[in-house]
Amino acid sequence: MTIKSDLIEVNIGPQHPSTHGVFRMVALIDGERIVDVKMVVGYLHRSMEKLAEERTYTQNIPFTDRMDYLAAMTSNLGYCLSVEKLAGIDVPERAQVLRVIFAELQRIASHCMATGAFINDCGAWQTPVMYTFRDREKVLDLFEMTCGARITTNYMRIGGVAFDIPDEFLPALDKLVNDDLPYRFEEYDRLLVGNEIILMRARDVGVVTPEMAINASLSGPMLRSAGIAWDLRKADPYCGYDQYEFDIPVGYNGDAYDRMVLRIEEMKQSLRIIRQAMHALPSGPHKTEVPLAIRPPAGEAYSRIESPKGEIGFYVVSDGGAAPYRWHVRAPSLINLSVLKEMTVGQTIADAIVTLGSIDINVGEVDR
Amino acid sequence: MPYPATVTLPGTFVAERIRARVPDGVREVTDGWVVLEPARAYDAMAALRDDDELDGKYLVQLCSVDRITHIEVVYHFSSLAQNHIFEIKVPADHEAPEVPSITKLWIGATLQEREVYDLMGVRFTGHEGLSRLFLWDKFPGHPLRKDFMALPGGQKSGLSQFPKQVPGQTGGEFRPRMPGTGA
Repeated sequence: MTIKSDLIEVNIGPQHPSTHGVFRMVALIDGERIVDVKMVVGYLHRSMEKLAEERTYTQNIPFTDRMDYLAAMTSNLGYCLSVEKLAGIDVPERAQVLRVIFAELQRIASHCMATGAFINDCGAWQTPVMYTFRDREKVLDLFEMTCGARITTNYMRIGGVAFDIPDEFLPALDKLVNDDLPYRFEEYDRLLVGNEIILMRARDVGVVTPEMAINASLSGPMLRSAGIAWDLRKADPYCGYDQYEFDIPVGYNGDAYDRMVLRIEEMKQSLRIIRQAMHALPSGPHKTEVPLAIRPPAGEAYSRIESPKGEIGFYVVSDGGAAPYRWHVRAPSLINLSVLKEMTVGQTIADAIVTLGSIDINVGEVDR
Repeated sequence: MPYPATVTLPGTFVAERIRARVPDGVREVTDGWVVLEPARAYDAMAALRDDDELDGKYLVQLCSVDRITHIEVVYHFSSLAQNHIFEIKVPADHEAPEVPSITKLWIGATLQEREVYDLMGVRFTGHEGLSRLFLWDKFPGHPLRKDFMALPGGQKSGLSQFPKQVPGQTGGEFRPRMPGTGA
């Protein structure tokens, strides 16, 4: 006897703890299996690209904070680099190294959040997220010490960084990267990597093949989990990343578990970079003096950096005025969602939640 | 292993490679980019993806710029194996912009084309399910166009009256106090 069943449309989100913001997945389900998925975004659309056309280049920096609010430093940095490329502004040595330190600290903070939230999605409700938040808080303390803000840092400036680091920063950073975080990451290893429950939960869930990853323009941990060693810090070095020694961790299966392990490994590599950077920190100015209203020559520039989510790129077009003529953000969170349907169709709802968690989207950046 | 930095391919080289496969595919060549013939854009894109030298298998990004006289759709392609990047532009009519969709070649273009359609109004022919991405369906107009809610009489916003730089002024006097120093 067969039981006749209809397909049911289920809204996952927009207000749902597993969607990491206001992201809505309309899933067509057959019993427990997902037959079709439609994503609905735009709840957080603030039209930053349009607003930016009315503001000076410097006034646009705070917008980048509010895009990827879990990785404000790298968004700031990507934008500033694009304007520097367009206007031909040089950045002092000290600012370069400070940028590297803060970008890597931000990567740790963002990956902590991603790892904690991912395990939250796996069903370990709130306990692992407390561990990762504990470590993220310490990084945010350093941000607060330097620029007064924890989340929307607004720290990078065109031509350098906003403030030099205070005297107590380097001892605190030294304590964090040498005494604190290495042991925390070991703890993550013991708790999470190889944990049988997580293995059973996340192995072979949300698999991305290398061909699919390249064809869908995936970037960041999504691309590397498929086994492609592509990291813009190595491939297209900016801020002197070619002077630091670090490895690119890659996954093998392209599944959710690989992405989690990869993020933990990337945090360890970030520690390596920070250790080298803090010893190489030169003295000197932290910022080039730039005009109040920067007027780059008419032209266009695309510059990209490796943010914790993937490749964040800024395409800036100037008509010679004080405001950008056009400003486009290549948002890794949005583009990594391109394969959501391919990844989730055929899965159960619970696996789809795990898959979405492992992509590590940030809806502020998806919608802009 | 030290990687060499990404090479930006000159437009002349890219155009030459595209012309070898699609002779009438290129409209204009500059140092930085290649402007494709819109009618042949799809074939030219397929050519640059399958070409061994260009190897544009990775679509870096896709966006659009309103140039008042026309709308241009801007593509950046990259090769992960050869580590280079190059830029392609496809012009479209300003009033009824239409550009062939490349979603069949790169699935990564799906959401980005929807975004461009939503915010700039470019219709991508051949895109299955081309609908607004961020805004709701009945939203009037396409906000990233320069004529969207334009001020009457061709006026520009207040920023065009932003004071010109005074010699010697650096902006340092506007800087906030240093946090943590009490100064």
